[in-house]
Amino acid sequence: MSKQSILTAIRRGLKRGPLPEHQAVMLRRRIAEHPRHVIPARSRLPHPQQVDLFVRNVEKEFGSVARVADMNAVPAAVADYLAAQNLPGRAVMAPHPELRTLPWSTRPLLEIREGRAEATDAVSIQHAFAGIAETGTLMMPGGPDRPVTLNLLADTEIAVLRASVIVGAYEEAWDKLRSEIGAMPRNVMLITGPSRSADIEQTLELGAHGPRRLHVVLVEDSA
Amino acid sequence: MHIATSSAFKKNAHDALGNAGLQKALARSGPSFIARRAAAVAALPEFEELRNTARDIKNHALANLDFYLETYEAKVLESGGKLHWCADAGEARAVVLAICQAANARTVTKGKSMIGEEIAINEHLEQHGIQPIETDLGEYIIQLRQELPSHIIAPAFHLNMEDWESAFRKAHTDLPADRTFNERRDVLIEARTKLRSKFLAADVGITGANFLIAETGSSIIVTNEGNGDLTQTLPRVHIVLASIEKCVPTLEDATSLLRVLARSATGQDFSVYTTFSTGARRPGDLDGPEEYHVVLIDNGRSAMLGTEFQDMLRCIRCAACMNHCPVYGAVGGHAYGWVYPGPMGSVLTPGLIGVDKAGHLPNASTFCGKCESVCPVKIPLPGLMRHWREREFERHLTPGAMRTNMGLWAFLARRPWLYRRATRASTVALGWLGRKKGRFSSLPLVSGWTDGRDLPAPEGDTFFARYARAGRGQ
Repeated sequence: MSKQSILTAIRRGLKRGPLPEHQAVMLRRRIAEHPRHVIPARSRLPHPQQVDLFVRNVEKEFGSVARVADMNAVPAAVADYLAAQNLPGRAVMAPHPELRTLPWSTRPLLEIREGRAEATDAVSIQHAFAGIAETGTLMMPGGPDRPVTLNLLADTEIAVLRASVIVGAYEEAWDKLRSEIGAMPRNVMLITGPSRSADIEQTLELGAHGPRRLHVVLVEDSA
Repeated sequence: MHIATSSAFKKNAHDALGNAGLQKALARSGPSFIARRAAAVAALPEFEELRNTARDIKNHALANLDFYLETYEAKVLESGGKLHWCADAGEARAVVLAICQAANARTVTKGKSMIGEEIAINEHLEQHGIQPIETDLGEYIIQLRQELPSHIIAPAFHLNMEDWESAFRKAHTDLPADRTFNERRDVLIEARTKLRSKFLAADVGITGANFLIAETGSSIIVTNEGNGDLTQTLPRVHIVLASIEKCVPTLEDATSLLRVLARSATGQDFSVYTTFSTGARRPGDLDGPEEYHVVLIDNGRSAMLGTEFQDMLRCIRCAACMNHCPVYGAVGGHAYGWVYPGPMGSVLTPGLIGVDKAGHLPNASTFCGKCESVCPVKIPLPGLMRHWREREFERHLTPGAMRTNMGLWAFLARRPWLYRRATRASTVALGWLGRKKGRFSSLPLVSGWTDGRDLPAPEGDTFFARYARAGRGQ
């Protein structure tokens, strides 16, 4: 096994043996305290302005946002968006408690299946854990109630996000994840706009392998 | 294995200057990278401060690399993953092949990985009957054309629309021959459709890693297409290829590095998908791989620690140095002859394949310093290239004519009175010879210059003469 030879080579380069225990203690403390570094001032705003900044940044990155008054308005917002885009009223949805309890039956033309996405799904409805205003980024920790494939396989991803979980900087979202979920989930995606590629003549085209459209239904629950 | 042609840099560069397609691609794409980075930097007042932070984080991680790698390993194992330490490319290839064979893999999808290029994993899998499929759009066409990437974040930087069309027509013979490629979108849709079935059928997915996090045992990939995520989510087995210097302590450290990465690379504030993977599928999960392996590769990195080249291990592979390099801008990436082009390649390649094979690369620089000025982790690239030149000279790898000229110059430089007379005499002579045109299209001994461009003829006096006339420092 090359582990010892690699570690030995590293230590030879660093001109020392294994770290003395008092230094290892300091490094373990640095990990436990995970200090923040410089945080850009752009997101240091009162919460309503952070929400506005988030929306501006999503739109700048070619996503779209519909703001609704409460969770009960989500099914109508989803149905309206699909109709406006000329998409069929069929979607696969994350089996998340906050989404399952919505009044979907008020929109009988919407056909919703719960679970992970398959290649045939055209539209997915995902639950967003947090929004990061700094760059208009959605934080999506994977898990049984938030399958990762919902972020990837459908042509259109609709993310339901409560305004109260929008934070300014990434660091605040990490702390929220640490306090609410605890151990690092198997998969955490930070998503900023729909899929794209500039590999052909360095010119941007939307919709590479992931969703061509990213639509955020923003629930104004923080007032 | 890719045969490095770095030792043929002069011929490669000469050919590149005469390659019309390449010159068209360079002229189109070079300036846009520069403009986009400049706009992203201008929009973030803290950018300079963040560069210092990024440099300090990487320095701290490197100074304690053994500790952080062992901490990282413990977390990977704790989260149900496996970690394989590999001293060199051969060990890494063997480990990857063994994992693929144990999974009875027939096809393997791949996210873009420069370390994958470095260890030439595709060729190795093919030789053993396993088909690797590159899924990043740029890597996909590079694989179809059996080339190396010409740029570390834009592998198909050197290609034009007509190249895409002809490669796709040749490869996708099952599609109607009379289909049209009127716009880039047509290429993109065809690739998306072709690759979707590959994603679904693959047994193993291989990705690289932009960073590894000791705190959580996570590997991070950064993509815009989503191909890396499909690669690591759909197959039963996920293999991460990562070199040892990718490890940083915490999520906060990685976050600070991510703030400078996309801005320096594509001029985006943040890439579309920044994904943190930690271990294998957990109870209750509806998707994700059942096996998660990290192949941790040294391949020459540890030997750079403690040397003047340690700074190079800070590199986060953003490509800002090559995007701003006048040499890269003139000859493109393939001229550098191996996996890593541009200024970062000119420093890294001699360290990885030997200065005897790659000695031309650190000489292929005007030392304008632009690379260092845009590097998000402040690597002193021109200084490191200068160190390689010194080593090359010490090992007597420098060509004889150059050593003779250097010796002659040193002789003159140590005798200022003689130096001034000699430069004055040659200035007068060259000025007189070139008095009509003001330039030379050919001159003995300097054909290396005049083959590509004219040499201006001296006008007027030497610097020293003017300085003396101006009355010294007024």
